[in-house]
Amino acid sequence: MDYPILSIVTFLPLIGAFVLLVFLRGEDEAARQNAKLLALATTGATFLISLAILNEFDAADTGFQMVEEHGWLGGLTYKMGVDGISVLFVMLTTFLMPIVIGASWHVEHRVKEYMIAFLVLETLMIGVFCALDLILFYFFFEAGLIPMFLIVGIWGGKDRIYASFKFFLYTLLGSLLMLVAMIAMYREAGTTDIEALLIHKFSSETVAIFGWQIVGGMQTLMWLAFFASFAVKMPMWPVHTWLPDAHVQAPTAGSVVLAAILLKMGGYGFLRFSLPMFPVASDLMANFVFTLSVIAIIYTSLVALMQEDMKKLIAYSSVAHMGFVTMGIFAANQQGVDGAIFQMLSHGFISGALFLSVGVIYDRMHTRDIEAYGGLVIRMPAFALIFMLFTMGNVGLPGTSGFVGEFLTMAGAFQANTWVAFFAATGVILSAAYALWLYRRVVFGDLIKESLRQISDMDRREKLLFAPLIVFTIVLGLYPALVLDQIGPSVSALLEGYNTALAESQLAQNQ
Amino acid sequence: MEQIILFAPIVGAILCGFGHRFMGEKAAIVTATALLFLSAVLSWVVFLTHHGDSHTVEIMRWIDSGSMSVDWAIRLDTLTAVMLVVITTVSALVHLYSFGYMDHDPQWKEGESYKPRFFAYLSFFTFAMLMLVTADNLLQMFFGWEGVGVASYLLIGFYYRKGSANSAAIKAFVVNRVGDFGFVLGIFTIFAFTDSIQFDVIFDQVDEMAASNFEFLGMSVNVAETAAILLFIGAMGKSAQLFLHTWLPDAMEGPTPVSALIHAATMVTAGVFLVCRMSPLMEFAPTALTIVTIVGATTAFFAATVGLVQNDIKRVIAYSTCSQLGYMFAAAGVGFYEAAMFHLFTHAAFKAMLFLGAGSVIHAMDHEQDMRNYGGLRKKIPVTFWAMMIGTLAITGVGIPFSYDMFGLPIGFAGFVSKDAIIEGVFAGHSGYGFWMLVIAALFTSFYSWRLIFMTFYGEPRGDMHAHEHAHESPRVMTIPLIVLAVGAILAGMVFYGDFVGHHAKEFFGPAILHGPDNHVLHDYHEVPDWVKLAPFVAMALGLLTALLFYVWRPEIPGKLAAQNPGLYQFLLNKWYFDELYNLIFVRPAMWIGTFLWKKGDGATIDGGINGLTMGIIPFFTRLVGRAQSGYIFHYAFAMFIGLAILITYMMLGGAN
Repeated sequence: MDYPILSIVTFLPLIGAFVLLVFLRGEDEAARQNAKLLALATTGATFLISLAILNEFDAADTGFQMVEEHGWLGGLTYKMGVDGISVLFVMLTTFLMPIVIGASWHVEHRVKEYMIAFLVLETLMIGVFCALDLILFYFFFEAGLIPMFLIVGIWGGKDRIYASFKFFLYTLLGSLLMLVAMIAMYREAGTTDIEALLIHKFSSETVAIFGWQIVGGMQTLMWLAFFASFAVKMPMWPVHTWLPDAHVQAPTAGSVVLAAILLKMGGYGFLRFSLPMFPVASDLMANFVFTLSVIAIIYTSLVALMQEDMKKLIAYSSVAHMGFVTMGIFAANQQGVDGAIFQMLSHGFISGALFLSVGVIYDRMHTRDIEAYGGLVIRMPAFALIFMLFTMGNVGLPGTSGFVGEFLTMAGAFQANTWVAFFAATGVILSAAYALWLYRRVVFGDLIKESLRQISDMDRREKLLFAPLIVFTIVLGLYPALVLDQIGPSVSALLEGYNTALAESQLAQNQ
Repeated sequence: MEQIILFAPIVGAILCGFGHRFMGEKAAIVTATALLFLSAVLSWVVFLTHHGDSHTVEIMRWIDSGSMSVDWAIRLDTLTAVMLVVITTVSALVHLYSFGYMDHDPQWKEGESYKPRFFAYLSFFTFAMLMLVTADNLLQMFFGWEGVGVASYLLIGFYYRKGSANSAAIKAFVVNRVGDFGFVLGIFTIFAFTDSIQFDVIFDQVDEMAASNFEFLGMSVNVAETAAILLFIGAMGKSAQLFLHTWLPDAMEGPTPVSALIHAATMVTAGVFLVCRMSPLMEFAPTALTIVTIVGATTAFFAATVGLVQNDIKRVIAYSTCSQLGYMFAAAGVGFYEAAMFHLFTHAAFKAMLFLGAGSVIHAMDHEQDMRNYGGLRKKIPVTFWAMMIGTLAITGVGIPFSYDMFGLPIGFAGFVSKDAIIEGVFAGHSGYGFWMLVIAALFTSFYSWRLIFMTFYGEPRGDMHAHEHAHESPRVMTIPLIVLAVGAILAGMVFYGDFVGHHAKEFFGPAILHGPDNHVLHDYHEVPDWVKLAPFVAMALGLLTALLFYVWRPEIPGKLAAQNPGLYQFLLNKWYFDELYNLIFVRPAMWIGTFLWKKGDGATIDGGINGLTMGIIPFFTRLVGRAQSGYIFHYAFAMFIGLAILITYMMLGGAN
């Protein structure tokens, strides 16, 4: 390929943001409309161009593709590239952003800034998945939070300041530790090139710090530092409590981005760094991660059961679903990792759609209280149908994409440790309970609340937003090969490296 | 042809569910019904031309992840063929019946369109059920398994205005998920060992599975036994066996045609089908088989006792279904899969008919379901009465004892032929417990079935006289399915005896059912002592006489008995208090723990702890940096760029070794 496709896709939204910033003047209705249209056009064009990535991508090649590398000042490198693990996350991002913009059509407050924030966010998110240099990755990974803080903090609900502050506190600690680990990595490997780091064998000899024996040595220390950052992003129990608050306060579009894309950065991080670069530590820590994952699945499902706020309920359910992801990744076998990636993509569609659904009725009633609803099916049959579909996806019904990820991660976990699969499977029961109970309280029952008498069904714009999500949820449920074929070879190469490294280190220990 | 059978119902569901706005309500439901009749006709063609072999039709890839490779496919063998006929026939008749039953449903307001939705759900259910039985691997089966679960959920909660219907729907889904929990773990166990979840591949490795142990939840257990037991837990959920049965009676909240199709003839038998389908595995798991028999026989007994005292006509039949499913499991548990399938087959006919008959009574009586308000309906609704009578003769097992020994063919109603084969088979399979439980259950079955007939059709009219005066026979679309099923209830047993459990059984089932080397039940059940052969007949007769005594000759007895034994009566009336118990030990604790974790776990401990910590540290830091006045976002950006600067500086200074 003779043109830098990844950079084009990454920075096109930024250019759109720049155009908005510089050329769009005024605060009248026309200006607002133009801002929306321009943002929609930019994200739409980004998506269309990104299709070229998918077209160019060769799944059989497990190395990095479409690589761009340029020297910078002072030995810094700008390096981008995708492999089977990252390419679909790029696609997920570009695919969802037009929908996110479309979901913001009713925003009236500081529209220009709002659209700029989302466009900048898109650039940073795509950058995370494409970056092949530590410093570049760190920049995209951390900077991505800034527009998100702004989105929650400016366009959020009434407790937005508390929520975004909490979000900020949680992530800050993790990022600082990750920074320290990156310095340590550079110190040991002498490069910030991720491709080179993936081949580098980090030392796993036991070291003693202040009299503490650290099994797995540097690998364990670096693993833990990265873990601190990724676990918050996932989020894993017990550092998940920022998520429900952030979701509740975020505007609909912000929730969609948060659940559908931002959360995936943690899982991607585990797959890009923790598993391949620190295999010995990952193996040592697998049971630790399993324990947290299983607690997340059961604990947050039970908490979800009792929620009174729809968004909080879905947020807790997201934490439970991410528990399946971490469980699958550290099962470190084909089904587990395939399933984890699949689950992340599928959760992107399903949770995105669920937050959009809440947005649909929130726009009409201005409340997220489950109590305030009931009997919507009578006035809103189209909404009832769509919400049912995604509820079933959330529950992991076979035939929806939600099932494939859950099933594969559990199948992977079962081979690693039967206890883990056993407890995770109870989550399958609990998810049915909280999701169907939510549905029943909101959609079923008689429509007796006076305030709901005149509620209108979804309009054409809203239906259009859901249409692509519906298609993907069902198509990927019936024919998951679309995804699995793309990721399979890269995952299997990753695992081969992982297992070889483990075997070598055991050999070294035995000698 | 298989593809048409399989996909016609889903096409019907989509056309009906989404197309009714364009083609009109009437055309939509006619389309769905016509496609189902097409499916049914083709199923009979497949069934009658099938010769015991087994072949597979590939449709499409499904999941490919490493060694896990699953396709969408149709596996056609005798088990599938039998199920195809049962499902599509009952479903087609139920579609037809619903034209009458669902017309002018008083649950809906004027102008509300509910019929296309109902028919679409029915057709969707049929499709999912067909996917279940045509699967050639455990995962596609699970797809159908959950698919029928959703259809059942939607149909139980069809009257979505009613709180009780919504609760029942959720309960059905969640309790089934408890069973599914076992099912998926069973799939994982099999996959972990055989590296496949395709039936043929699994079946080739069952002897190795039986000879191997693995670590499961910290115990070293046998692979075959564990897999079989876990799959059976799934079967218990779907087939409403003891401990996971609580959803079935509540499922009667759905419209009656649904009860006939889903909760009598097809979906609830999926568990039995699963056990029969897995016969090659089950044969290598003797402990699991014992459990199957014990659970089945106990359920047969338990459900029959509860059925004795229920007053809601549909609940009586629901418990009866639960009990009859127990019979099927008991048979499968002694390795007599043929008899289990046979009873599944005949039961589908007479139980669907009993439900549709009950629906016809309910329809006639202005949606009254309490039998205490029936009485004397025989003359008012003669077709329904005769159909119900035939159904009752079938389920109670009326026939000529020893007719097999005399004529080489048992002569009697469908239930007589299949149920007696089960009871004799269980005796021949050396399960004394199972045998006695089933015989006692047969007595109870006879009692509550006749009680239903006597309370409904005999005696003086009770309750709302207005309803009695207006009681009328159902329209022809409803009575025709009754008549067709009645023919089945009379003949299905005698006609198919030879194929299912008689001399042709081996050729009939071919490779679909496997018997281990020590399993001779197919032969031995003919050789049981005469008293065993007579026992079910005697039980049936005793039940009939008692019912006659209690409800025709001396109607004051039941009241007195209930008054004399209030404890026992309440115990049975309240279904052994299972719902109350589960509520106490599962539902309420789950909610309590959920609230506790939310308020105390997330709220007080985690937020309290972390916020306390960070809220203490961060301000300290910010003051240190001297930027206490600015917003936190700038802090964040600042911290990040400082970090980046450190990293870059470090690099440039050549920090690396």
